[in-house]
Amino acid sequence: MPERPPFAERIAAAKASGAFTRLIEDVAFARMLGLSLVFVDGELHGRLAFAPRNIGNTALPALHGGTISALLESTAIFELLWQKDEPVLPKVISITVEYLRSGKPVDTWAHARVTRAGRRVANVHVTAWQDDRERPIATANTLLLLGSG
Amino acid sequence: MTDAGDGEQAAARARAERLRVMQIAFTANVPWNAALGLELVEAETGVATLRLPYREDLVGNPENGVLHGGVVSSVVDATCGAAVFLTVKPLRPIATLDLRIDYLRAAEPGTDLLCRARCTRVTTHVAFVQAVAHHGDPEQPVATAAATFMIFQGGQRMPGVKAP
Repeated sequence: MPERPPFAERIAAAKASGAFTRLIEDVAFARMLGLSLVFVDGELHGRLAFAPRNIGNTALPALHGGTISALLESTAIFELLWQKDEPVLPKVISITVEYLRSGKPVDTWAHARVTRAGRRVANVHVTAWQDDRERPIATANTLLLLGSG
Repeated sequence: MTDAGDGEQAAARARAERLRVMQIAFTANVPWNAALGLELVEAETGVATLRLPYREDLVGNPENGVLHGGVVSSVVDATCGAAVFLTVKPLRPIATLDLRIDYLRAAEPGTDLLCRARCTRVTTHVAFVQAVAHHGDPEQPVATAAATFMIFQGGQRMPGVKAP
């Protein structure tokens, strides 16, 4: 028997208790990278806390593209979990990231917009920014597979 | 020992030394590559292969131990960048413009991930790269990817960075 309840029950319980944002603490890599979730004016935001470890270019310095991609992908997944009653974690089918500006060594934020969510597939668009939301540092389009155990 | 044999040995030594020097630059200048424990295992003109040893703290799905997609995209981005660095002469600063990844099958828990990237075309300002991530058999890919990189020529400023 697993010690923790299945993820679906954990999601439902987290939503019911108002502790949805703490779900991401279950994800080992999110803890390692410094990812968290915050509600801002009712909008779910992903946050990538700056850490020197996340640098990809020491000369500039700039964040590694992979850390920004991880923020974008996680924010898309948790937006779907928030909006829909998913029995399992949605699976990423594909993700296309456009890097618009170099990521400065500060915190990075992201917000996902579900373009379309069908029964099996969801299209999600995500934007990441730092100090100015009007000047995004990266955007992503991602396709996710829903409800597959 | 024939001269040809000596030549082959010398070439192998030179290749191993180049790999060692590049591995140091690759992790010393890129803290995130070091944090992930990435190892450079192939470095030829236009081609790079990286190995990611499996670690529990890189897991994205707490239910089954599968690596986080962000780990796979980090490895793919790093490998594609390395392939571009190995192609552009002389060495120039580069930046990822876009990166598309198709996740063909879930990465196997507990297994190292390999990624091989090949630079398919380099122009003055743009490099095109294709990559495959797998567990040892490139014919059974975990992910395939296509990326484009900006190549910064002398005097050109990088986007998002204020001119001095």
